Amino acid sequence: MSILKKEGVGRFKHLISIDELTKEDIIYILRLAEKFEPIAKGKKVNKSLEGKILANLFFEPSTRTRMSFEAAMKRLGGDVINMTAQEVSSVAKGETLADTIRVVGNYADIIVLRHPLVGAAKFAAENSIVPVVNAGDGAGQHPTQTLLDLYTMMKEAKLEGSKIALMGDLKYSRTVHSLIKALALFNTTIYLISPPMLRLSEEFIEGLDTKTSKVFEVSLEEVIDEIDVLYVTRIQKERFPDEEEYRKVAGSYVITLDLLRNTKESMIIMHPLPRVNEIATDVDKTRHARYFEQAFYGVPIRMAILSELLDGNG
Amino acid sequence: MSMEKGTKDKGAKSDRKHLVVSKIKNGTVIDHISPGMSPLVLKILGIGPGSKEAVSMAMNVHSSKMGKKDILKVEGKFISDEELNKIALIAPEATINLVENFEITRKFRVEPPEVVENIIKCPNQYCISNSNEPIKSRFRIFTDGRKVVAKCDYCGKKLYSLQDYI
Repeated sequence: MSILKKEGVGRFKHLISIDELTKEDIIYILRLAEKFEPIAKGKKVNKSLEGKILANLFFEPSTRTRMSFEAAMKRLGGDVINMTAQEVSSVAKGETLADTIRVVGNYADIIVLRHPLVGAAKFAAENSIVPVVNAGDGAGQHPTQTLLDLYTMMKEAKLEGSKIALMGDLKYSRTVHSLIKALALFNTTIYLISPPMLRLSEEFIEGLDTKTSKVFEVSLEEVIDEIDVLYVTRIQKERFPDEEEYRKVAGSYVITLDLLRNTKESMIIMHPLPRVNEIATDVDKTRHARYFEQAFYGVPIRMAILSELLDGNG
Repeated sequence: MSMEKGTKDKGAKSDRKHLVVSKIKNGTVIDHISPGMSPLVLKILGIGPGSKEAVSMAMNVHSSKMGKKDILKVEGKFISDEELNKIALIAPEATINLVENFEITRKFRVEPPEVVENIIKCPNQYCISNSNEPIKSRFRIFTDGRKVVAKCDYCGKKLYSLQDYI
């Protein structure tokens, strides 16, 4: 029995990795998030997590992930305690993560953890008496980001059978890695668009479950007129040996109005944010831009996860 | 370590061309170890400086099946199947003979365990298993064709030549 799942379908003890979820599990969470959307928008009131406390343990800086967990918990009537940057530095003086988790587990009903080391969330779950949600563990997993990305596709375009282009840093982006694994479950066609040095590794592609989905490496021009979703990620400066090289590459991966002339009307553009200059700001006004909606969908998705882990029963 | 040359007894024809290690009375014989791997096998079994077992080791001896092989004989110790199966990580063809009073009482081939703890060191420096946490490294073991592959349970790193990480 996995440490991550309780008995029964769709019931979880922790949320650590998207790999632990079946297609049915994912659909279950997406449907639950849909129920929570009016509450996330403040149009309905739900206090099902009243009396519960969430502890945000962020060992790395994060604004939107931490805030959207906080918003999700508060929208459901729960309370939030945060470990501030100063407290993180006192932990860095010597206390182990295992001890921090044991201590905080006595203060809160659920722990949301972001940590620079891969596998930290799994290790935390092994040492925790309360549910742990992985909010990013180094280059590892960020499952709530993946779930909100899938939710955005389901709501704003389509998920099952869609054609999705992933563009940018495909080699190092944990967002992209988790997303591709999940998309492979939904009979999708996945197009990979990246500079040569930021290509997805062969090992990763070989390890994908391609029974129902297909993966191709292409240029954006080849597929722009047929895709349903264009998912853009940031190309990070620190991946390049010099700035000149970075500017050359980054400049050729910018989405402009001009590029969008031949797209399907229903095609949507997504981005995990923050963006630097991968998407020109005048694209924001087009019907294609969905990245701000995508950021909002983090709230209902996290409400669904918190509710599920804390048995909030909606 | 003790090693002796085969005698030239009339009835011991097969011993003539080979080096053999001495017979043991009671204990465990690990045969068909991939050549050169016996020191690592001892490490996996936790036998090293300070251990009390009498161990005979033969390296790179002739094998009709493998060309060359290593053999280990551990006197006075019956090693558990669970421990022995860890040998499959680096020597999947190894066979085990349990010996009592100079007779082989049980013979079996090692099989890779599903999970191993604290044997393989994850090479990913950003893996939590390499931090100062109270944590044991943990790898899931599976086979890819004839290859034994290990996957870190924490960071997901896959390892193919396991002898480099033990």
